[in-house]
Amino acid sequence: MITKQYTITSAQGLHARPATTLIRLVKNFKSIVNIQKGGKTVRLNSMINLLSLTIKGGETITITIDGEDEINAAEALDTFFAEELKNL
Amino acid sequence: MEKINGTGVSPGIAIGKAFVIKKAEAVVSGILLTDENEIITAVAGFNSAIHLAVAEIEAIIVNAKLSALEEELAILEAQIELIGDPQIAEDVLEKIQSERKTANDALIEVIADVVQVFESMEDEYMRARSTDIKDVGARILKHLNKQHNDTANFNPDTIIIADDISPSDTISMDIKHVIGFATRAGSKTSHAAIIAKAKGIPAVVGCGDGLMSIQNDDLVILDGLSGLVFINPAKEIIEDYRLKREVHRQQAEKLKALKNVPAVTPDGKKIMLSANISGADDMETVHDNGGDGVGLFRTELLFMDRDSFPTEEEQFEFYKQAALRSKNKPVIVRTIDIGGDKQLPYFNIPAELNPFLGYRAIRICLDRTDLFVTQLKAILRAAVFGDLRIMFPMISNIQEVRAAKNILEEAKKELLAENDPFKADIKVGIMIEIPSAAVTADILAKEVDFFSIGTNDLCQYTLAVDRMNEKISHLYDPFNPGVLRLISNVIEQGRKHHIHVGMCGEMAGDPLATLLLLGMGLEGFSMSAASIPAIKNIIINHSEADAKQVYQKVMAMDSSDEITAYLKALNK
Repeated sequence: MITKQYTITSAQGLHARPATTLIRLVKNFKSIVNIQKGGKTVRLNSMINLLSLTIKGGETITITIDGEDEINAAEALDTFFAEELKNL
Repeated sequence: MEKINGTGVSPGIAIGKAFVIKKAEAVVSGILLTDENEIITAVAGFNSAIHLAVAEIEAIIVNAKLSALEEELAILEAQIELIGDPQIAEDVLEKIQSERKTANDALIEVIADVVQVFESMEDEYMRARSTDIKDVGARILKHLNKQHNDTANFNPDTIIIADDISPSDTISMDIKHVIGFATRAGSKTSHAAIIAKAKGIPAVVGCGDGLMSIQNDDLVILDGLSGLVFINPAKEIIEDYRLKREVHRQQAEKLKALKNVPAVTPDGKKIMLSANISGADDMETVHDNGGDGVGLFRTELLFMDRDSFPTEEEQFEFYKQAALRSKNKPVIVRTIDIGGDKQLPYFNIPAELNPFLGYRAIRICLDRTDLFVTQLKAILRAAVFGDLRIMFPMISNIQEVRAAKNILEEAKKELLAENDPFKADIKVGIMIEIPSAAVTADILAKEVDFFSIGTNDLCQYTLAVDRMNEKISHLYDPFNPGVLRLISNVIEQGRKHHIHVGMCGEMAGDPLATLLLLGMGLEGFSMSAASIPAIKNIIINHSEADAKQVYQKVMAMDSSDEITAYLKALNK
């Protein structure tokens, strides 16, 4: 299992558009991916659950990735949070 | 006639006929499934409705790709994910299988629960998403009950009146004839607001129940700036608003035409036109007016209206929000500039005979280094989120610059020890607003990355004129040849030492001064965001070579009367 911490670099946080991209990105992998903010954890396959965390710009979140392709999934998530999110 | 007050979320004026959208309420049947076969059929029906709903949106996306707005496409893509959300499916199937509810009833209940969760959220943007979720529920339900689409066709100049407007509504509407929205519910982040702003049509939301008295074909006026809705208004009001609409249209066109035009003179000199702001909320107007960033971020707002100094965390949050919303354009943060005419209730500065010549700005910071370090640490940390730069106000000599920079290094050391991420190579500049600083610009230039000329204080200190004293206000004159010579010297020394020179006083936004300053070689003009298009219009229409001639002529004149008369004649 891989655990990662990311800071949200987009002003609006994980609103509908980046949330859609993130959910779709995770779907490409077999690993189970969970996202945690402030003690609440949800699986990263549900928009409703992701939006209900209300992740805002500047906040820090923790992501855990567990499965056979977890290394590739973690790399994709690195790229998403470090580069793509700013432009969404 | 009736007048309703709502919240204006997209500016502009629309005068047209009302089209009222009424929605059929989803009804819970209360029927319970009797056997396994019915349960299997209900589950299959739900799954098939999900597939059909997704397919429908995918088809809309394909058809809409050419004409739809980017915002609309993003909303549709998000809807696909919401419709296929495993959490909704899991909860619906649970109700069908364990509670023996029909797919219709199960879905209505699940959506109602989710909507309630979102409606009770603190975050305004997320609260507004409850409309999207209702919309998703309605779409699945439509397929479940095999209803058909009713696409509305509108006459020209239609104003939509609705409880709230969902993405499905705007997608199925032939929106090209729609000239405005008014909704009973909603906020500035609701769908109607997003679409209206993207389309550049007015919208008023949160109008309350009074709105629902409007009938189809009533004459309606929307004022999207002040948030007013008029129902069947009198002739005079219609005339009045026709005029306002024309004025607004002309202004908006002018603004829009210049927004993405770079501020470059016809002979190729690039000028930075930025804005003066007091908080992150001002950032949107900066972008709307095509600003190249922020030349002066006043931080005093954060210190006023409270009873103690803000903590490092509070300050960090304040600067970070501005950084996040800056679109990576430079933001010059001025360190606290209290004293003089700006007093804090919790920070007692004993009465002084001459507060403008007294204990203020950098002088307080170099004395109360505890306060200064806190602010610098917060700015350094926030600079990770955008191109923040630091500017020290009220510098009168080089020792102050060195002392302030030493304290900045202290702040960095503390952050390093605390293991907090920060921007180590942050750019540092000073305000040139004291005559001694303007005269010794050659000395100061060696210590900093940029200058920003503060003409308001520079003018009052150079001319020995109290800005607040009405009896001598005629002497307060930035076109005084003495002030102009100081400004010119600062710009020249900046150029010689290869540092950027900007201006953030009133003069930077004064169209009368633009050519003169351009001729002096000023590279950055920072002003209230609304002034940017007018100044840009001057810059893109005058060459730097012409501006240099204006400057030379002005420097040969001996009085501000002559100078202003000449500049006024030029501007005609």
